[in-house]
Amino acid sequence: MHILSKWSREIILILVALVFLSPIYIIFVNSFKTRRELYENALAFPEAFSFQFYTEAMEKMNFFSAFLNSMFVTIVSVLFIVILSSMTAWMLVRSGNRISTIIFMTLIATMLIPFQTLMMPLMQLVTGITANLGIPLYNTLSGLVFMNIGFHAALSVFLYHGFIKSIPISLEEAATIDGASKFGVFWRIIFPILTPITATVMILNVILIWNDFLLPSLTLVDKELRTIPLSVFYFFGEFTIEWNLAMAGLTLTIIPVVIFYILAQKYIIKGIGEGAVK
Amino acid sequence: MDVANKKNIGWYLIFTLPLLIIFTIIVVIPFVIGIYYAFFEWDGINANPKVFVGMENFLTLFSDDRFLRSTWLTVLFTVLSVISVNVVGLAFALLVTSKLKLGNLARTMFFMPYLIGGLILGYIWQFVFLDVFTFVGELLGLESIFFNWLLNENFALFALVFVFTWQMAGYVMIVYIAGIQGIPGELIEASKVDGASKWQRLMRITFPLLMPAFTISLFLTLSYGFKIYDVNLSLTGGGPANATELFAMNIYNEIFGYGNYGYGQAKAILFFVIIAAITLTQVYLTKKREVDM
Repeated sequence: MHILSKWSREIILILVALVFLSPIYIIFVNSFKTRRELYENALAFPEAFSFQFYTEAMEKMNFFSAFLNSMFVTIVSVLFIVILSSMTAWMLVRSGNRISTIIFMTLIATMLIPFQTLMMPLMQLVTGITANLGIPLYNTLSGLVFMNIGFHAALSVFLYHGFIKSIPISLEEAATIDGASKFGVFWRIIFPILTPITATVMILNVILIWNDFLLPSLTLVDKELRTIPLSVFYFFGEFTIEWNLAMAGLTLTIIPVVIFYILAQKYIIKGIGEGAVK
Repeated sequence: MDVANKKNIGWYLIFTLPLLIIFTIIVVIPFVIGIYYAFFEWDGINANPKVFVGMENFLTLFSDDRFLRSTWLTVLFTVLSVISVNVVGLAFALLVTSKLKLGNLARTMFFMPYLIGGLILGYIWQFVFLDVFTFVGELLGLESIFFNWLLNENFALFALVFVFTWQMAGYVMIVYIAGIQGIPGELIEASKVDGASKWQRLMRITFPLLMPAFTISLFLTLSYGFKIYDVNLSLTGGGPANATELFAMNIYNEIFGYGNYGYGQAKAILFFVIIAAITLTQVYLTKKREVDM
């Protein structure tokens, strides 16, 4: 039945994977080439590695500023999402009353709402709040963080909710008898137990927030506030496409993702699996 | 007792209120005022009046050719994508779980595109279609297959399916892998003892037991496909000649491009209804299947 030897099957598998990722190879090699080389053969290796396009792309994309903005928005949003949604989910599970059920169901139901349904009224509301109440939600990074928390609350509470239900309540009762406050019980006993699901929540939100384009594009107006997807978008929009420059820019944006993937691979694949199957 | 109860309510509010307030401002209130806007004609400029038009926005939808075309394209795109993403994703899952040494490495590589994000993927593939496709076409003499799909009204949508498959195949692969690993080993062993061929094992044991994973993947791709925006924007921008302006982009353009805030919002509400219907069907089917098993 073994038509192919084990070795040849290994080779075929890795060839399929390499062909699959070839677009990334193509972007990478062409980011080093001169115009002439690029049009001669896009698949060939560059004659010399010149980083000229990288410095130029970095400048035009304002890459460092975009990178720092993306880092800030992602890290702060995820931090708040983890803290607030784990606390909320724990209370909702443990109080077990009718109001908690209604709140939980409302959260779940809103997961059905696509972003396009909310974007226009949200922008009306947010610009209104900024103009009339003086709370700077519109066109600020912290405003974007605030919106990210709102948009990712439902999924995160949902994931925590499912996990907390499986934790035996006896643990908490013992601590409560010992006189610990709810706050103490949650942070000292419950939150450490939540670590596996916290990893999942973090991974899912990092991916969604890092790559998000539409929400930042609507709310961030100032050039200095652009995140990576925004700066790539404007980079492609502003210049008639010089491909070697463009590919240096694209490679730059992929590098942080690859590093993140290499560092957290195990958690990412596990997290995606759990997030999808829930 | 009363004091303890008050204290409990206090804790309840401290724990839940911060998140719920943010959530209400960002999701609940915009959703409600969104429904309100859908019944008005308005150009988005605050100084200009909002004119109440009742159901007219919703009725106009059915005679809006650009919108109907966009709906049809979205359905076509979604159906093609669901098929290709699931076929490729399942094939990848079977490959990487077939006890090969390089399985894990391949899994890592197959999943990579999903992480990069739709906007950037679209730009990467713009170049691949522009340069590499034409290059390969000339090289192999297959110019009728390998040319720049993005410039062709009929092929641009396939290009979108192609790139979406590239993005999502690794994602559904993860779901299928979980399903495959959940199949009891004894079952496979027993069928081997009984002399079942590889093909029989696949058709009679693996596929039927993968049904739950299949349902999940099917609806994940269905709702992701229907909601596609980023790849659409960066790969084709809706062109050529509106041939790939899908649902989400049509809504965006109606509101922010043409300035029809009320009418665009009516589309957005319809969009929600469709997505909700798809997702609820999924939940219903998954629940039903769980009972059956």
